[in-house]
Amino acid sequence: MVTELLFYLLSFVAILCAIMMIFSKNPVHSILYLIATFFAIAGHYFLLNAQFLGMVHIIVYAGAIMVLFLYVIMMLNLNEDAEPVKSKLQKITATLAGGMLMLVLIASLKNAELKTQMPGNEDIGLVTALGNILFNDYLLPFELSSLLLLSAMIGAVFLSKR
Amino acid sequence: MLTKRAKSVVKKEMTLAEKLYLPAILSGMAITFKHIFKKPATVRYPEEKREMAPVYRGHHVLKRDDAGAERCTACGLCAVACPAEAITMDAAERKQGEENLYREEKYAARYEINMLRCIYCGLCEEACPKEAIFLTDTLVNPELGRSAFIYGKDKLVENMENRVDVSKRQTADVAMFKGSEQSAKHNQLYKSKSIK
Amino acid sequence: MVTYIVIKLFLVLFVFVLALTVAAYSTYGERKVSAWMQDRIGPDRAGPFGLLQPLADGIKMFTKEELIPSSSSKYLFILGPSIAMLTALMAGVVIPWAGPIEMFGQQVSFQVSDINIGILYIFSVVSIGVYGIMIGGWASNNKYSLLGALRASSQMISYEIAMGLAIVALVMKSGTLSLGEIVAQQEGSWMNVIYQPLGFLIFLICAFAETNRAPFDLPECETELIGGYHTEYSSMKLGLFLFAEYINMFVSSAVISSLYFGGYNLPFSHLWGLTGGWLAAAQFGFFFLKIVFFIFLFMWVRWTIPRFRYDQLLHLGWKILLPLAIFNIIITGLVMWANGQLS
Repeated sequence: MVTELLFYLLSFVAILCAIMMIFSKNPVHSILYLIATFFAIAGHYFLLNAQFLGMVHIIVYAGAIMVLFLYVIMMLNLNEDAEPVKSKLQKITATLAGGMLMLVLIASLKNAELKTQMPGNEDIGLVTALGNILFNDYLLPFELSSLLLLSAMIGAVFLSKR
Repeated sequence: MLTKRAKSVVKKEMTLAEKLYLPAILSGMAITFKHIFKKPATVRYPEEKREMAPVYRGHHVLKRDDAGAERCTACGLCAVACPAEAITMDAAERKQGEENLYREEKYAARYEINMLRCIYCGLCEEACPKEAIFLTDTLVNPELGRSAFIYGKDKLVENMENRVDVSKRQTADVAMFKGSEQSAKHNQLYKSKSIK
Repeated sequence: MVTYIVIKLFLVLFVFVLALTVAAYSTYGERKVSAWMQDRIGPDRAGPFGLLQPLADGIKMFTKEELIPSSSSKYLFILGPSIAMLTALMAGVVIPWAGPIEMFGQQVSFQVSDINIGILYIFSVVSIGVYGIMIGGWASNNKYSLLGALRASSQMISYEIAMGLAIVALVMKSGTLSLGEIVAQQEGSWMNVIYQPLGFLIFLICAFAETNRAPFDLPECETELIGGYHTEYSSMKLGLFLFAEYINMFVSSAVISSLYFGGYNLPFSHLWGLTGGWLAAAQFGFFFLKIVFFIFLFMWVRWTIPRFRYDQLLHLGWKILLPLAIFNIIITGLVMWANGQLS
């Protein structure tokens, strides 16, 4: 009962903030709404007992990536007056492109199987269970993605050393 | 190179220990830690007052002699000596029956020092042939207006119940200098210069 | 169940009050320590030895005029210090203050919540903490505040990485992310700092940077940015920012002492012959002493070392601490492999 209530609350917050993020004119406000959305989604992870995922979500998305976004936007000092005036053609094209994307999403999700059942294992989101799965069943993809990130990091270090 | 504390600076590649910075940081922290146990240099002002130097040059005083008569004869040497032109006075003749008030026949009816102009150099003290004006170790009080800084005789003349001790300023050397020929010559020179 | 909730609520209240009191007296301590290190006396007028100074400061903060710049975004301006304070107080939840004891017929642990990812929790709370500074700095609509906010954000991100990697090595050694378990593991054995000296050093430096303390206090450095992100703040909103800094200092001291210095564990605890509540009290006292020591260390460093230049700060974070932290992980892995602990 409480879980359900929380779920609806979090979903409401997430969707509301996502909409507000699109509609707010000030880029900084947009980002702040996006951060609120991330927090609501992290709340969903916690409801699913995926604590590790939720925490990492907050650390990485809300704590690091969004800080960088905010950093860049603050540094560029974007605000309502700085927004360029878009031509009609641009607006129509943007609407069309957005509509197409929505169509594709609806089409792909329409026939998707909806799992209403919670996963059988309650501990699936905890660190130990997640670690076991990652390092046993999905070792190769995990290591490959970590290598990718590592190379990106080394690249960044070398770029800064230049 | 008087103190032998000067260090010659050589710009060279830092050694590994220097590059780590940690030894330098630790030695700095050791220094600050040592200071915790040192005696604080603070003087807790309202309760504790820092001792003034005996020859500190503050607020002036016009001395009376031991009988309570004013020593000043309004000769005007102090006003002439004053580089800031802060001193002004009006002389008057002593009347019959005022002998206990003024030591000699002539006295200062009005004696004013503008404390805003005064630079507390002490030349008036040096110029005075009658040992009448002295600088004391009291500070001039802060005031709200400019006119309040022009001190008249009411603020300058010594109070007999609360005499100001200037014995430290009247050292034997000073007295000797004032009585010496050199001093007389110096005063003459000064006067002739200022008359010119 | 009811006793459990009551005990937890009591514990939350305790941690809350403790954090605030320690923060309040840290301001006093900071002024005293700085005074001693500069051969001065420090505050000594309010009460005996100036012990009521925090109270006087608090009254001053509360009664000062509240100013909100007219060209600022009002809600964000208020939100900034609120977030800073909230995140600062949140981090104290996962710290184990003393060992568990038997009370009211059940096991009572002096840890508000022993979530199994305690370290990550602290990490995430710290990473959110920068939003308070950023939002406050941006909402002030002041160039100095904005610069302070930008500095804070890039500094936090740079040092968070090195900090995280330093913790990874520790987590490899302990095999758990729970703060309670890490502290319990150190009972009756060497403190973690013996195994992880390099990791401890990196973590300590990063903790200085994350709490915006000197020599990393660039976001608020007075000489360049007036007050940095809190230039426009006055009254209790400024107080919240300053308080948040001291609470952060308190929490990071607590985290450092629990991660690397054995937390609440008493040295040679079996020789003391204490049991039950007395043991817990002694443990808490000892833990508190460690915390006080680290708070003192924070102040000690602040009044010794001059501030970094900004490029030096980023240089240190990215080119020195980050490679060192990775090196530390590799060494830890190799040692564990050699000891056959990896299986």
